Amino acid sequence: MAENPAVSEAFDHEHPADERRSVVILFSGDSGDGMQLTGDQFTNTSAVLGNDVSTFPDFPAEIRAPAGTIPGLSGFQVNFSADELYTAGDSPQVLVAMNPAALKANLGELDSGGILIVNTDAFTRNNLRKAGYDANPLEEENAFGEYELVKVPLTTLTRNALEDIDSLSTQARDKCKNAFALGLVYWMFSRPLENTVRFYQTKFAKMPDVVEANTRALKAGYNYGDTIEAFSGRVRVPSRAVVEPGVYRRITGNEAVVYGLVTAAQKAQLPLFYGSYPITPASPILEGLAGLKNFDVRTFQAEDEIAAMCSIIGASFAGSLSATASSGPGIALKSEAINLAVVMELPMVIINVQRGGPSTGLPTKTEQADLLEVLFGRNGESPIPVVAPATPGECFFYAVEACRIAIRHMTPVFLLTDGYIANSSEPWKIPDVDQIEEIKVGKRTDPEGYQPYMREAETLARPWVVPGTPGLEHRVGGLGKQDVTGNVSYDPEDHEHIVKTRAAKVAQIANFISPLQIDGPEEGDLLVLGWGGTYGAIREAVTRCQAKGYSVARGHLRSLNPFPSNLADVLKRYRRVLVPELNMGQLAFLLQAHYVVEVEKLNKVQGRPFQIREIMEKIEALLD
Amino acid sequence: MSEVVEEKALTRKDFVSDQEVRWCPGCGDYAILAQMQKVLPDLGIPRENIVFVSGIGCSSRFPYYMNTYGVHSIHGRAPAIATGVKSANPDLSVWVITGDGDALSIGGNHFLHSLRRNVDLKVLLFNNRIYGLTKGQYSPTSLEGHRTKSSPMGSIDYPLHPLSVAISAEATFVARTQDNNIKHLSQILQRAAAHKGTAFVEIYQNCVVFNPTAWDHTTDSDVRDDNILYLEDGKPLLFGKDRDKGIRMNGLQPEVVNLSEVDEQELIVHNESEDNPHYAYMLSRMEDPNMPLPFGVLRSVSRPTYDELLLDQVEQAVEQKGSGDLEQLFKSGDTWTVE
Repeated sequence: MAENPAVSEAFDHEHPADERRSVVILFSGDSGDGMQLTGDQFTNTSAVLGNDVSTFPDFPAEIRAPAGTIPGLSGFQVNFSADELYTAGDSPQVLVAMNPAALKANLGELDSGGILIVNTDAFTRNNLRKAGYDANPLEEENAFGEYELVKVPLTTLTRNALEDIDSLSTQARDKCKNAFALGLVYWMFSRPLENTVRFYQTKFAKMPDVVEANTRALKAGYNYGDTIEAFSGRVRVPSRAVVEPGVYRRITGNEAVVYGLVTAAQKAQLPLFYGSYPITPASPILEGLAGLKNFDVRTFQAEDEIAAMCSIIGASFAGSLSATASSGPGIALKSEAINLAVVMELPMVIINVQRGGPSTGLPTKTEQADLLEVLFGRNGESPIPVVAPATPGECFFYAVEACRIAIRHMTPVFLLTDGYIANSSEPWKIPDVDQIEEIKVGKRTDPEGYQPYMREAETLARPWVVPGTPGLEHRVGGLGKQDVTGNVSYDPEDHEHIVKTRAAKVAQIANFISPLQIDGPEEGDLLVLGWGGTYGAIREAVTRCQAKGYSVARGHLRSLNPFPSNLADVLKRYRRVLVPELNMGQLAFLLQAHYVVEVEKLNKVQGRPFQIREIMEKIEALLD
Repeated sequence: MSEVVEEKALTRKDFVSDQEVRWCPGCGDYAILAQMQKVLPDLGIPRENIVFVSGIGCSSRFPYYMNTYGVHSIHGRAPAIATGVKSANPDLSVWVITGDGDALSIGGNHFLHSLRRNVDLKVLLFNNRIYGLTKGQYSPTSLEGHRTKSSPMGSIDYPLHPLSVAISAEATFVARTQDNNIKHLSQILQRAAAHKGTAFVEIYQNCVVFNPTAWDHTTDSDVRDDNILYLEDGKPLLFGKDRDKGIRMNGLQPEVVNLSEVDEQELIVHNESEDNPHYAYMLSRMEDPNMPLPFGVLRSVSRPTYDELLLDQVEQAVEQKGSGDLEQLFKSGDTWTVE
């Protein structure tokens, strides 16, 4: 079995495994160490084995920050479980530290009793200095007393394993040390190697020696675990027992947005025009769509954020389903053009993948501080619907829904995600395409009685009439206008009427969206109300508090404008409402303004998601 | 499309919208609007396939007065909006109406990039060297020393040369004409319409209220023929009331010569389709008082357009991978089945 770990059983007699319900591993190393790839592979293998998985990649804004330093670290946290998961876990039980900086930055996070795997080869004097260590901590006695320390000379062992692959430089061979580490972790958790071997074969198809080197390092790592008996025991995390049947894959929020937009275009039977300017963390959406041109996707990498927004207005005017994505600073640049879209009343979707702000802020870190920006960051009265998915998988559904709302109500729509759900991944049950409802597009071609701003009674939407339609030639623009005719007008009554009509149009969307669902008691002491990517942490915290006997309910808003029509009623049923947000209290501010309610706030602006325990502590403090 | 045959031919009136035109009396925009409405019926394009897109400024009211599809958008952004229109439907004839402030100041970036991409747009820049709609501040084409409300001691900005900017931004068609030079204006509009790719036309436009003397040297009948060089493809660069002056190269510089002293053989022969932009750029830098101002087509070269290339890639992708299949897409990569 050691000879052929790729087909080894999940565990064996010599090394029986302890069973655990879930484990959190953090892989941490230089941003050039391949930590994202390593974490990704571990996650894929675990997902395919039937675990639930949730990941949290954490990387620096710099492409190659100085090697060996703490700012240069790239981390990948994966939580895998026999039960349903909602977050990537508060803290790891296993830390793989590829260098002293990784140890220094993350040791404090590691659970007491956790396993600490370090690459001793990287603990050179130079690296220790860069990480801020005066002396080598691995040589101090009892420095890691509360942990199980596993010292592995990763670089040396990898070099030895690849000694005879002459076609690769030492540097290229050293790069395979992450495969060695992965193999070792696979051994620890009784995972098969096939998925990753297959991945190497595809990824490096044109470089057979690289496939060979990585595969060999992976197996060497696995066998090393088997041989040295370094660990007190192997750990087994069984597959989930109850999972909805179906075909699954992993998906990140950004991938799900890409799939959602393409699906919406197909369901609307329209070409998709996507205009965008590269920005972290939204660029993967542009890259993803650029690879899907065979779906009649037309991607336009604009000269700037403003042009990206303007191009989708033009494409929408000409009849395409159109979308753009950016992050806070880019949305700020787009805001004048977004207002033109509001006034032209054309369908399009604007995605804001939020990151830490203000200004350039924390490009690779997450935050929820653009809620007020997308609602109010424009001149004049400018209502725009805002939907916010809660999980990576939901990004698919809500991207489709955002397009549906845009077309049905003839309005730009904001899809508000964040760096956390954009980059993290979770298992996604692949939907049955035929079950997704068509998006009705009623482009008008009848000139009889046509007026550019005549409206549907139910939605107040104006007709979508596109160039190329004979007899319906018309002009639209950003100037004040008369409703119905759309003629330029500065008349006071006309202006007030159309401003109120646009507000009513967006407010009426509440008649088309689901009411807020509550998990827990229908009324009582405390409601925890969240929105967006904090879903997992809030859900887990509330569930655990409920299990401890607290009377606490939970709701999660997916529509931030308009709010679900039952929200006022729900808020009244609880003595207190707690709103945890990764900002200074933006939803809380809106709730107080709309419903004149007292709101307890839990705010965090550290560029990191909530930990479950942070929310639990707040709930318990409020109820004790 | 096939029904068009039965329709009666369009006339100027078909392009006049029901909106009252609100430019100042005597404004040069009236003449440009009239010529446009006169030229369009001759192009054989169905009216519903024509879109005018403008930004902000006096000239940008233009789409309201054309009975076609139109967008009166925001300041400087018309080329970006027009790029979206053309990319969504390349069958449309898309015109951008802009001014010196709109195109070269607030919208400079979009102007440059639409030109370099060679999106099939017709861009008409009404240049009056002043901000008219905001009532008379200097613009990026105002001359040094120009005294305006915002430059009471004279402008200290150096002006941009719109034709030079366009050529530097890889424009495939660059021309100049003037509002009151009706015949020439009409010819140039037709040439622009016929060009495949971004056609850039600078139109000297008279702002009667805030900068009425800007173009006196090209309109005043006493001097205009000595100040304008009409470019004709394949013909020598000749100008002057008696067509007795020409341009020849002297080393690296063009110079004005008198035909009584110099043989016509020595003059530069205009070649608008010269691929290398050096020559067109040289023309674009010719300025009074020492040189005549070139009118006509400085440059007209052929290059695939952005919208063509964009749709070609879609077609190519379909050929290579087959028409997109969602289920196949979702199942690409690692999947697992739960029974």
